[in-house]
Amino acid sequence: MELSEKHRQYWHKNLLVTAILLVIWFVVTFVEGWYARELNAFTFFGFPFGFYMSAQRSLIVYVVLIWFYARYMNALDMEYNVEEGEDE
Amino acid sequence: MSQAATGHKAFKAQLTKYYSFYTGGFLVFLFALAAAEQMGMSRQWIGYWFLFATIGLYAGIGIMSRTVDAAEYYVAGRRVPAFFNGMATGADWMSAASFIGMAGTLYLTGFDGLAFVMGWTGGYCLVAFLLAPYLRKFGQFTIPDFLGERYGGNVVRSVGIFAAILCSFTYVVAQIYGVGLITSRFTGLEFGIGVFVGLGGILVCSFLGGMRAVTWTQVAQYIILIIAYMTPVVWLSVNITGNPVPQLAYGQVLQKVTEREKELTNDPKEIEVRGLFKQRAEALDTKINDLPASYEAEKAAVSKKLEDLIASSAPEEQVNAARAAVDAFPKSPEAAKAAWTAAKSTATAKSAPPRPHAQPFPGKDEAAQNIARNNFLGIVFCMMFGTAALPHILMRYYTTPSVRQARQSVFWSLFFIFLLYFTAPSLAVLAKYDVYHFLVGSSFADLPAWAANWARVDPTLLSITDMNKDGIVQLAEIVLGTDIIVLATPEIAGLPYVVSGLVAAGGLAAALSTADGLLLTIANALSHDLYYKMIDPHAPTGRRVSVSKALLLVVAFVAAYVTSLKPGDILFLVGAAFSLAASAFFPALVLGVFWRRANKWGAITGMVAGLGVCMYYMYTTYPFFGGVAANQWFHMNPISAGVFGVPVGIITIVVVSLLTPEPSKKVQELVDHVRYPHLRGDIDTQAA
Repeated sequence: MELSEKHRQYWHKNLLVTAILLVIWFVVTFVEGWYARELNAFTFFGFPFGFYMSAQRSLIVYVVLIWFYARYMNALDMEYNVEEGEDE
Repeated sequence: MSQAATGHKAFKAQLTKYYSFYTGGFLVFLFALAAAEQMGMSRQWIGYWFLFATIGLYAGIGIMSRTVDAAEYYVAGRRVPAFFNGMATGADWMSAASFIGMAGTLYLTGFDGLAFVMGWTGGYCLVAFLLAPYLRKFGQFTIPDFLGERYGGNVVRSVGIFAAILCSFTYVVAQIYGVGLITSRFTGLEFGIGVFVGLGGILVCSFLGGMRAVTWTQVAQYIILIIAYMTPVVWLSVNITGNPVPQLAYGQVLQKVTEREKELTNDPKEIEVRGLFKQRAEALDTKINDLPASYEAEKAAVSKKLEDLIASSAPEEQVNAARAAVDAFPKSPEAAKAAWTAAKSTATAKSAPPRPHAQPFPGKDEAAQNIARNNFLGIVFCMMFGTAALPHILMRYYTTPSVRQARQSVFWSLFFIFLLYFTAPSLAVLAKYDVYHFLVGSSFADLPAWAANWARVDPTLLSITDMNKDGIVQLAEIVLGTDIIVLATPEIAGLPYVVSGLVAAGGLAAALSTADGLLLTIANALSHDLYYKMIDPHAPTGRRVSVSKALLLVVAFVAAYVTSLKPGDILFLVGAAFSLAASAFFPALVLGVFWRRANKWGAITGMVAGLGVCMYYMYTTYPFFGGVAANQWFHMNPISAGVFGVPVGIITIVVVSLLTPEPSKKVQELVDHVRYPHLRGDIDTQAA
């Protein structure tokens, strides 16, 4: 089994989207967590901002990231003809 | 459309129909019990109904899904649709600790407790991007399977088996403990009997039908647990804020709680009580320093008090209390030291003003605050990487029909988990509002009904002592256990008892479903990986499944036995399982997919080094093993040992792999195979 140029492209796109999403994940989790004290100086919908980010907003971001990844990759499979047979 | 695709579609439609009927039926059951309560059914009977109806239901699903086919037994026939696998993973994931303990932890620790909320949700990003689709493409039965094939040889597989059993067993003990606790609390059965009733429910399911039965039961359990969690919180939110969406409404409530914290910090009565606690802590400190001399003196004092009371024919309850004090007195100076140190730290904690709920990383100075911040991020790190490494969760992504659905399934998993974790912080704040405004300042003669009830039922959950004898409850006089928040919410919100029963059923569902998944992981590691792959590769399917079932029984009873010994700190055990799993599995699994060059020797040394560092750190820093805080690196708590284990594992794999020959062509083909959902002329690794 030989991989074509197209296959390599597919894998590179996969790596790229994975890296971008992981950067967002890292910022939301660790960078914002690091500065939670400073962020708490602001208020958002009545919440101290740092608290709100950790308790609510981060969780929403995680769900959206995974939703986006599944959608993007499932479309990419089709585009590069590496999708499996229909399953639903 | 192919025949298989039509089959999947019809199957999904059928499942949707069944589970809709089931949810409807469960709601009818709830309303029937609510009506029965109005007509005078006793609380104990409501407890029994919930216990036996739900366990009976799970057993029924188990019996209907019984199987001896290997693919059905190990991976539910690989036809679980993404949506349902999401629900099953949700139930598998959320344990008794999440369901009952989480809101209470947030109540007690405020911002710092959010480390668990973030860690246990954000970890799914790693599962989604780095593991689930690739494991599904690989498509065998267990996590050691992947390690064994990817790196080749039985040594890697054995390390995998050892690590899988170590972390799953640590975790399952905590779950069985939870089952015993809930069963005994809501039916009045003894703890030991509760453990075995629950164990029966767990076993009927996983024993008869393996993954297939466990999957369909977990879907049913998810539906119960989410209804049980949401109902009282929404009601409480309407009561306090008039808004039925607690996640939006609690910002305003949090502001009121913060104002009240300031009032309570400066309240003279509160300061007086905190002063009394400070004196108590100092007195204990003196006693601890005077050991062992103070031991005999204290022992004599306690006995003398009892004799005096009997001699002066004091009221019976005073005599009984003094007798209990004599019985409970530590048996040796060492035991006394432990008991008094614990009491001292409780008293010291109570002598501090209330901790501001929304404030991150409190500490006396900049350095202490930074240490608190690092530990917060350390817990987040370990929980996330542990999530992406716990075999019982990763295994679930073998059960979807395709890579495509595995990706969607991680989304549904996190969505269903999110519903609960997104709600827990609001529940903590709403409950705090109620306690700070209504319980604090009420008179001892006329406590709110829920507080009076729970203080009588179980003093470890709630105890209120009038320290300064003014007849009014001060905040510093209240001692709460973490579990009280979720357990008491229905009563705080003024809901009928049937909702309390529902909450107990939800907690039971959470504990049972997680225990099921874990027991199955352990039994499979032994029967599939050890017996079939390593000892007898020619064993016929029927025998493999029988061996697995037999082992399941053995493991379950060993776990129940260990649980009955009530091993120390459950929360630490759970945290330890995450750190161990992260250190052992995460580096080898992820590099196995993303780095073609990773080889057998790298994986073996990396897994052993990661796990070794993690265990060594816990051993030298956790008091239970005789460790001391002075051994800590960068002031990291033992629970976050994975912070060191994971990087050590990654670096070791990289370095050792580069020093040894690259993996064979066959292995490199396997790597390509898992990276693409479909390749023409592809090899096939899927196990039937």
